[in-house]
Amino acid sequence: MPDTQALVNEFVVKLKRRKVEGSHATARLTAELLRSVISQQRVPYTNQAGVLIEAVKAVGEQLISANPVELAVGNIVRRVLHIIREEDLSLATTAIGGLNLSAGSDDEDDAELDDRTVLSAAAVAAAARSTLRAPSLHTLLEDIPDSVAAPHTSSSGGDSEGKSKSADKNSRTRKLKHDVIEAINELIQDIDTCHEQIAEQAVEHIHQNEVILTLGRSRTVMEFLCAAKEKKRSFRVFVAEGAPRYQGHVLAKELVARGLQTTVITDSAVFAMISRVNMVIVGAHAIMANGGVIAPVGLNMVALAAQRHAVPFVVVAGSHKLCPLYPHNPEVLLNDLRSPSELLDFGEFSDCMDFGTGSGAPLLHVVNPAFDYVPPKLVSLFITDTCYTTEELTPFCNFCIGNTSGAVALLLIKY
Amino acid sequence: MDPRKGKMVIDPKVRQVGFVTPGAPPDRSQSVPVESSSPPVSDMSPSGNSLSPVMIPPPRHASDNLSSSLVFQSTRPVPVPAPLSPRRRPSIGDNIMSGSYNPSESVLSSSPTQPTSSKIDDGDFSEDLSSPGWFRRGNPGKVASSFPSGGFDMTAVRSNTFPAATNLTTVSVVKPPGVSEIGEGGLVEVQNDRPPVSKSVKEKPSKAERRALQESQRAAKAAAKAEGSKAAAGGAAPVSSKSTKAVKPPAQKKEVAQVAVSEKKGTDRPPEKDRKKDVPHPRMQFDDKQRVEKAKRRAIVKQTEARNRVELFRHLPQYEHGTQLPDLESKFFQLDPMHPAVYKVGLRYLAGDISGGNARCIAMLQAFKDAIRDYSTPPEKALIRDLTAKIGSYVSFLIECRPLSISMGNAIKFLKNRVAKLPLTLSESEAKATLQSDIDRFIQEKIIIADKVIVDHAVSKIRDGDVLLTYGSPTVVEMILLHAHELGKQFRVVVVDSRPKLEGQALLRRLVAKGLSCTYTHINAISYIMHEVTRVFLGASSVLSNGTVYSRVGTACVAMVAHAFRVPVLICCEAYKFHERVQLDSICSNELGDPDSVAKVPGRKDINYLDSWTNSENLQLLNLIYDVTPSDYVSMIVTDYGMVRASKIVVVKLFYHDP
Repeated sequence: MPDTQALVNEFVVKLKRRKVEGSHATARLTAELLRSVISQQRVPYTNQAGVLIEAVKAVGEQLISANPVELAVGNIVRRVLHIIREEDLSLATTAIGGLNLSAGSDDEDDAELDDRTVLSAAAVAAAARSTLRAPSLHTLLEDIPDSVAAPHTSSSGGDSEGKSKSADKNSRTRKLKHDVIEAINELIQDIDTCHEQIAEQAVEHIHQNEVILTLGRSRTVMEFLCAAKEKKRSFRVFVAEGAPRYQGHVLAKELVARGLQTTVITDSAVFAMISRVNMVIVGAHAIMANGGVIAPVGLNMVALAAQRHAVPFVVVAGSHKLCPLYPHNPEVLLNDLRSPSELLDFGEFSDCMDFGTGSGAPLLHVVNPAFDYVPPKLVSLFITDTCYTTEELTPFCNFCIGNTSGAVALLLIKY
Repeated sequence: MDPRKGKMVIDPKVRQVGFVTPGAPPDRSQSVPVESSSPPVSDMSPSGNSLSPVMIPPPRHASDNLSSSLVFQSTRPVPVPAPLSPRRRPSIGDNIMSGSYNPSESVLSSSPTQPTSSKIDDGDFSEDLSSPGWFRRGNPGKVASSFPSGGFDMTAVRSNTFPAATNLTTVSVVKPPGVSEIGEGGLVEVQNDRPPVSKSVKEKPSKAERRALQESQRAAKAAAKAEGSKAAAGGAAPVSSKSTKAVKPPAQKKEVAQVAVSEKKGTDRPPEKDRKKDVPHPRMQFDDKQRVEKAKRRAIVKQTEARNRVELFRHLPQYEHGTQLPDLESKFFQLDPMHPAVYKVGLRYLAGDISGGNARCIAMLQAFKDAIRDYSTPPEKALIRDLTAKIGSYVSFLIECRPLSISMGNAIKFLKNRVAKLPLTLSESEAKATLQSDIDRFIQEKIIIADKVIVDHAVSKIRDGDVLLTYGSPTVVEMILLHAHELGKQFRVVVVDSRPKLEGQALLRRLVAKGLSCTYTHINAISYIMHEVTRVFLGASSVLSNGTVYSRVGTACVAMVAHAFRVPVLICCEAYKFHERVQLDSICSNELGDPDSVAKVPGRKDINYLDSWTNSENLQLLNLIYDVTPSDYVSMIVTDYGMVRASKIVVVKLFYHDP
């Protein structure tokens, strides 16, 4: 425990200081941290899932509060909780199946039999419901509040669970943790490979001689464009530099190195140039449940310009950026204000920032937000990674591609 | 050579210095020792000379004459001999030259063959018509020698018929025979020696040569009646005989000449008439290679094409920035036809010292005013036409420095209109005075007072508690904000800025210094800040007749976001900036700034990703200066005629008659 606590603290500090940048890195680190938390967690014989969930929740809360704007942390914590429950549940159903079999063979005690069948029927029904129903962020969300005691099934289910536990204690104790860690490993792998999976779809969306505009730098976008280039598509890219971080310059450099025709423009020229652009492809910070996008600053402007000129606005994002929360006033509440020094040279403007002048209130404010909120109506398409083999991630398969309204609907139904 | 250079440098600087120029003749004498090389020069120059009477509307005849009579002894005889017979006159000129030039030449000139030699030059001239006229200034001495021919040529030239030119060429054919051994040798030499000599040739001729030209013109007039017919006859005969031969040498010369030209485009200017004729269209399409080539040959400003031009903007000039200025500065003293005030303004445009529609326009008008003040109509010219041509040449120079803004175009139109409408009865000084006062009035009424009216209108739209957003650094809006502050209104200002110019910082500093409460942000954060904004005030470079606002790049973004957030957008624009043109996008007509300023982020040393990549042919940097805001984003346009909806801008335009 103490060593995991140290790890957690270290990560919390990093998040607080914004040392970890980019939702991809954050997601990966979070998953790794949770994995080590789980592996270090000592589990009792009973109610192992509850203990694990408890531990993950405790850590997750710390992480989320460390940087509430970094929604990927919350997404991964939820994902891990979901994995624990799924594994627990699948173990339970196999156990129930065994029980049923034994019950069927045992027909001496009628009353007991009746009781058993009723019980097992209820348990199987519950189990079936929860397995048949596609596991989704919605269930994850629902389950967060009441997690400790066996959450998904009815009380009778809990009963049967207890019985099944007692039936094969030894195998289960080891198995649950092992399965959970396996699943988390898969999750980490998915996070790592999301770029490639998204990039695979590039050829379907980029045609010959296309003109693409993007703003700032996103690794997903970069890989997306490069994948299309590797498939011998020739197209041109306009890169808006993305002040005040000028990550667009980095992207331009990378694209040029791969032999793409790249034009760097200032952010202010976006409106002027968008009339000659076929498609806008951008990365995102997070995708909210309503289909809105928390994106690097400046993208709302780009999206509005794209809408004005009927240019498709495509958001590429790994599924770790899909967030089951509904945004409220996201421009303010889900935003980071960065240092003014990125905009103004303190040396030059030190006299203007003097608090002593006039009424004592500073005359000059410098606003340097990090994110923009793009409402769902401005987004034409989300492209996320599709190829999830594991069952618990099926919702995202349906989500992979769809137009805005479709995406919103999917989010509503599936989560 | 060097001393002469120094002198040359001095003279264009101040007009009067021209009188002192006679440096040229002495040079000649100095160059005498270099005889071997000089003959070619003489060969070349005559052609130039003969050319000049045709093409150059010599700008300052009077002064030149004076100067020539005062200083330029060699030429002085020339004006006098005008009445004399052509034969005689040339001999004088040649004698003078002969000392410096080529004995053979002098022999030629004195010999009866003289006219033929002069004609040779003319032949060259015809060839050279296409090439820039720098070497027109060949050398004064030669001019003198070519006089007779020039005299009779004049008739032909006057009529401007091509046959005349061809005749001349053929005449030139005659020369080789006339000169026979010597002449041909000279020609050969020309080719060999050209490159080294070319410089001297170019620089030598300017003043003296022009003077000679003028004189030759005059002489020609006098002589034309008497001798014109005779000479023409003489010229015509040889033409038929050896046209083919003649053609060749000129061609070679031409090549040489072009080489020289390319070496030093700027030093010599084509005559104004020529310039005027080919003044680059203000909206020249730069993807038309022929035109670009033409314009380039004419250009004063030496432009090198940008390495990686943006494909989409091939039709706009894309030149290396920062290279022209030193070059132009070094030429400051050599550009004689350019008025120094105009030249200065041009340099400041180029350096980016003056920006903003009003500032640029005022600076230009002031420079024109100075130019008009110092202007004197050349004899035998109509002030109206010559001045228009002159202004045209100034304008084309300014265009080379930086493409005109629409407001400047309007101001120029106004000025030309005024010049054209000058009553013929006015004396020159009166006309100049009227024009100067017209310019003053324009600046006062259309710009300064208009701004005041706009401020008065716009201030009425500011209420207590407002949060006003502005973008970039529009002067009118700054005046509005300061005025509102003086009126004691309580409001906050949001200054939105964008790369690469970051003009907002200067505005911010000025506003904060005046005690206004400001918020500063960059254009990407516009959606964030727009929540708290209640009004958007923007400036404009121009308002087009479909209500489209042509303005600093980024204005459209700001207006769009404001529109999306239901914040009213007020565009402040003086009525003189309105234009009847229509534009749908920002690409057909725009201006490109220095691309390198996109790659470099001043003050952020950590951002140097593109430093080593700017040479990669896959990377292009685009620095647009303007963009176009659709009229539906604009709630209101504040002009000196009142406040109107953007869609009704045509109405304003209708009522707004060009001054």
